[in-house]
Amino acid sequence: MEILKGLKYSKTHEWVKVDEGVAYVGISDFAQESLGDIVYVELPTVDSEVSKGDEVANIESVKAASPIFSPLSGTIVKVNEELEEEAELINHTPYDAYIFAIEMSNPSELDEMMDADAYEEYCETEASH
Amino acid sequence: MDKLIFEISKEGRVGYKLPESEIPSVDINKIFPEELLASEDRNFPELFEVDVIRHFTNLGRKNFGVDVGFYPLGSCTMKYNPKINEDVSSFEGFANIHPLQPAETIQGILELQYKILQALSEITGMKWGTLQPFAGAHGEFVGMKLFKAYFKAKGEKRTKILVPDSAHGTNPASAHISGFEIVEIKSGSDGLLSIDEVKKNLGPDLAGLMITNPNTLGLFEKNIVEIAKLIHEAGGLLYYDGANFNAILGKVRPGDMDFDVVHLNLHKTFSTPHGGGGPGSGPVLVKEKLVPFLPVPDISFKDGKYYLNYDIPKSIGRISGFYGNIAVIVRAYAYILTMGHDGLRHVSEMAVLNANYLRKMLSDKIPVAYDSICKHEFVLTGKPIKDSFGVSTLDIAKRMLDYGIHPPTIYFPLIVPEALMIEPTETESKETLDHFCEIIGNIVKEIKENPELIHKAPLNTPVRRLDEVKAAKDPVLRFKK
Repeated sequence: MEILKGLKYSKTHEWVKVDEGVAYVGISDFAQESLGDIVYVELPTVDSEVSKGDEVANIESVKAASPIFSPLSGTIVKVNEELEEEAELINHTPYDAYIFAIEMSNPSELDEMMDADAYEEYCETEASH
Repeated sequence: MDKLIFEISKEGRVGYKLPESEIPSVDINKIFPEELLASEDRNFPELFEVDVIRHFTNLGRKNFGVDVGFYPLGSCTMKYNPKINEDVSSFEGFANIHPLQPAETIQGILELQYKILQALSEITGMKWGTLQPFAGAHGEFVGMKLFKAYFKAKGEKRTKILVPDSAHGTNPASAHISGFEIVEIKSGSDGLLSIDEVKKNLGPDLAGLMITNPNTLGLFEKNIVEIAKLIHEAGGLLYYDGANFNAILGKVRPGDMDFDVVHLNLHKTFSTPHGGGGPGSGPVLVKEKLVPFLPVPDISFKDGKYYLNYDIPKSIGRISGFYGNIAVIVRAYAYILTMGHDGLRHVSEMAVLNANYLRKMLSDKIPVAYDSICKHEFVLTGKPIKDSFGVSTLDIAKRMLDYGIHPPTIYFPLIVPEALMIEPTETESKETLDHFCEIIGNIVKEIKENPELIHKAPLNTPVRRLDEVKAAKDPVLRFKK
């Protein structure tokens, strides 16, 4: 299982990468591995306002459908349309296949998220559950 | 793999001969506008009768069902369907009637519906009900509509339904589609609903709780009476999903646990055919305070006659085109009468005994999640096997096919990683259960010695491992030349 350094992670297994003030959100390698083969991603609407913890997207795998929560508050400025045709990109390259990007209304929420080391520890306790 | 019927078709071949029509033929292009006509060839297969019969008979022989072998599909209660049910449902008076016949000419089927409603009310500890829902989820939908009507009549606006994280996916779906907001309740470390978690969500916006008991881990929610009290004190209602009723027949009744609405799955607990999407039947039974809201028509009895009663002012209305899957209801009634009071209780005792026997026998092969005395089903976790040998629960399930066993439910409930949910039912003998344990033992041995083999399974089935992702993303639903 790969945990990329330099990203922020949520307890619901989303990752965040900030690039030029915009936060890109995807799901971790751990999350894609537990979901199994992903067949469909329901993307959020661009320009919609979201709050931290809102259910904003859905991922459907051969096993189950799972909601994706926004780890941050703000406005959705971009969605990864490539996923509409190739949802499996999340399985292949989870840290490149972002799902949506947010213009943050409260960047301090980033500080509440885990760094790579803390997330690794978190995954281990989850896995032993 | 066999050829499709379209592939064995020969143009111009016919299996029948019709006399010349006395009605002059008309060119279809002249009577229908072009946009209504199909523009491409429909590819209707053309064959001799014998080839059609052989094609479908051979396909049918590949079919797997409970009449062929062991089918421990957790939560689905794939019990044997006694053939006497089939005999009774094909009686002329049941099979050759029409839903629009006047009530006085179909007193028999109306009486049967009235009496099975009495029997199901007694079995569940409820007052009365409806036989119309076509499936469990349809019953849930009706139950949620009843909740709504009840609160509306009381002038209350309640929006939240509590659903445990171990619930069947249909529970939150039914509540959501009925306009309720879902609050997921986390199971405790013992796999049970915790009183404290429920307490956090009591308030004036609480509409109620939807649960199965025993839950999807096969564990009895022992705090139910206290939880029911809390929900009722907060003004909410309790919905009992009857998916797991096979565990408690004749032992404990949802009504006595203080549930307000129950659905039963006749195609599970009451031995009517199941699988392939139906025909199911999900009757709903309710406590007295919800009777005024039941769907129309009600099966009523007055002055020595049974009739379809549409005069129910507060009813939620019709929920089925006619009166439900009547032939399935006849089968269930035949089952209830054949088994009788003691027989039905014995069903649950044997279902629970079989499940606990299997749980014990399998626990040294694949670990049991939440290992304690279970009811009619239990859940194994393939996680340690996956971590050690890279063989997933899906691989194990596929390998079972090679041994002529229908795999259990997998990857459900969601709270158990790499789950295998096993429900043997009461109709299996000790020999069948032992045979299943032996197969699981073999598969675990194969995993340790030759995991590659399991990744490739199934090897002996008419088709090998199917591409699930392709089937979900690009299904080919129609034959094209």
